[in-house]
Amino acid sequence: MSRQGPQLIGDDARRFWALTWTLALTDWKLRFYGSALGYVWTLARPFAFFGVIYVVFTEIAKIGDDIPNYGVYVLFSMVVFQFFGEATGSAVTSLVARENLLRKMRFPRLVIPLSTVLTAMMNLGMTLIAVFLFAIGSGVYPDWGWLELIPLIGLVAVLATGTGMLLAPLYIRYRDVQPVWDVATQILFYASPILYVATMVPEDYQKAYMFNPLASVLTQLRHAVVDPAAPTAATVIGGGAWLLIPLAITAFVFLLGSWYFTREAPRIAENL
Amino acid sequence: MSTGPAITVAEVSKTFRLPRQRYSTLKERALHPLRSRAVDELRALDDVSITIPRGEFFGIVGRNGSGKSTLLKCLAGIYDADHGTIAVDGKLSPFIELGVGFNLDLTARDNVLINAILLGLSRREARERFDEIIAFAELEEFLDLKLKNYSSGMHVRLAFAVATQADADVLLIDEVLAVGDAAFQQKCFEQFRTLREAGRTIVLVTHDMQAVERFCDRAMLIERGRVLEVGDPHAIARAYNEINFGHLAHNSPDGARYGDHTAAEITAAWFEDAAGERVEALAQGEPLRIAIEVRFHEALDEPIFGLTLRNQDGHSIFSTRTDYRGVSTGRYEAGAVMTMRVSLDNWLAPSTYRLTPSIARAGAGSDALDLREDLAWLTVHGTGNSGGVFDAPHEIEIDRR
Repeated sequence: MSRQGPQLIGDDARRFWALTWTLALTDWKLRFYGSALGYVWTLARPFAFFGVIYVVFTEIAKIGDDIPNYGVYVLFSMVVFQFFGEATGSAVTSLVARENLLRKMRFPRLVIPLSTVLTAMMNLGMTLIAVFLFAIGSGVYPDWGWLELIPLIGLVAVLATGTGMLLAPLYIRYRDVQPVWDVATQILFYASPILYVATMVPEDYQKAYMFNPLASVLTQLRHAVVDPAAPTAATVIGGGAWLLIPLAITAFVFLLGSWYFTREAPRIAENL
Repeated sequence: MSTGPAITVAEVSKTFRLPRQRYSTLKERALHPLRSRAVDELRALDDVSITIPRGEFFGIVGRNGSGKSTLLKCLAGIYDADHGTIAVDGKLSPFIELGVGFNLDLTARDNVLINAILLGLSRREARERFDEIIAFAELEEFLDLKLKNYSSGMHVRLAFAVATQADADVLLIDEVLAVGDAAFQQKCFEQFRTLREAGRTIVLVTHDMQAVERFCDRAMLIERGRVLEVGDPHAIARAYNEINFGHLAHNSPDGARYGDHTAAEITAAWFEDAAGERVEALAQGEPLRIAIEVRFHEALDEPIFGLTLRNQDGHSIFSTRTDYRGVSTGRYEAGAVMTMRVSLDNWLAPSTYRLTPSIARAGAGSDALDLREDLAWLTVHGTGNSGGVFDAPHEIEIDRR
């Protein structure tokens, strides 16, 4: 005998995962459907943007000249940021986009924002294959440090999931959450070391700058994957203990998102 | 398996708070923080209690906005009830509508697998049952067609085939039988019977009274969020039609009555089938007899008997009178009782018909002695609905040049 009511996670972990995976995979497949060049198109956006950035910053602004493997770094950081932007951007509208499912089917509500993050992760995986090839072609060879990509991307995924859980129910109430978040993403793009590297930030601000979880993640990524000679995130922020702050911010966003989503979950279907 | 009821709903209430302005924005909140955020409260369910035993086919009927779908969504766990408790014993099918989660850009093959997983099957179970599902839907030839190229009938067949594969003990269904051709509807009916024999409980929300009378063991009539009546599906269908036509005002199952009925009165009216049994429902195409019983209080010469059948929309579909047909009715003494029968082949379209019999004195322009509106009801069921008001037997010839 079970009491009825909308579920957040549900009582069946296997079903929860099967649903999340199925929805994510369906969305992901749909991108490739109906176009033979599907995979190429998903690469077109980051690589075209990367091409422009690379030309501008190495030939015109000449920022990249002093940075070893600048091109590889820009490509990695752009792809990781694009993952964050895509995951949060599609999570914002995810509940509204899945209105039909939410209003007509009983299933754990959390599946929806999670599956959008998962779809973005699948796209990231596909893009990374091309990025790895580019890195190897540019003379950056894989080593054990590349394994750090897994926890680093994991942290970005946690941050994206927290943000998604916060924004998705908010968007049901306030439709201007989406344009606001678009602007916020833009700001975050320039506030993170993507086109430049963290060590170029004036020293006075460096510590505060690194409190941005994405800045810490990308700086560590540069050390681990692109250039072992580059400083680690711990060095730039001024001691490993300081890294607890970006970690705490990530955890806070995740917990805030979980709390808000849990609070709103029972009424999502009726407010849509 | 326990033997308790499958579904227990106890004193459930649900109120929707509808903001007057649907989509607000953060900007508005920031610029006008003091503006009252007025909400309209809509009481969708008010103290609803119902117990549905295991293995029952239960109908929930009501007009638009009566709260029937809200109740179903509360049962399904899509909405949260404000008060009261809902308990479901057994596994509940997660869909309340067919074809939820179908993606038009994917092929039927992909959609079946995805839908089966949404229903709670594992990937392996979904693959194992795939052939069975497709065979039931009779869509073997169209497996690799994208769903957007499917006709609506094919769409429903596929959806129904997947939905009934769920290993659910309790199925909740919102309006399904409206689509699909006659043969497939028959198949759905059989599938329902199979599910019921397997001990499944089915809750159907509809405003199709034919479906209620045909399938349901019991039904519930809901109006403005309150339970008006629970019981036999025929009685519920009748009560539904009454509130739909506004006859509940005088709270009597019978309609208005005209004439002073002192000289003669209509004491009863009913429908009979070919065997002379009284019926309230009859299949299309069967011989139908309409009977009127009259008691005379005065002696009368050549009284006129008449009757009119009206459908659910209130249109007169069939009407006849003894004088128009040139039938001599004879002389009746005070105290006499007679029965008039009108026989016809029932080519009425599926609907519920109300019979209004009348008697009048001989002579043009005379007032009715007794006219009783909606004295008897007949539901005509058929396998298809042409949309017309009657379905004459007919042939179609095609002459190709």
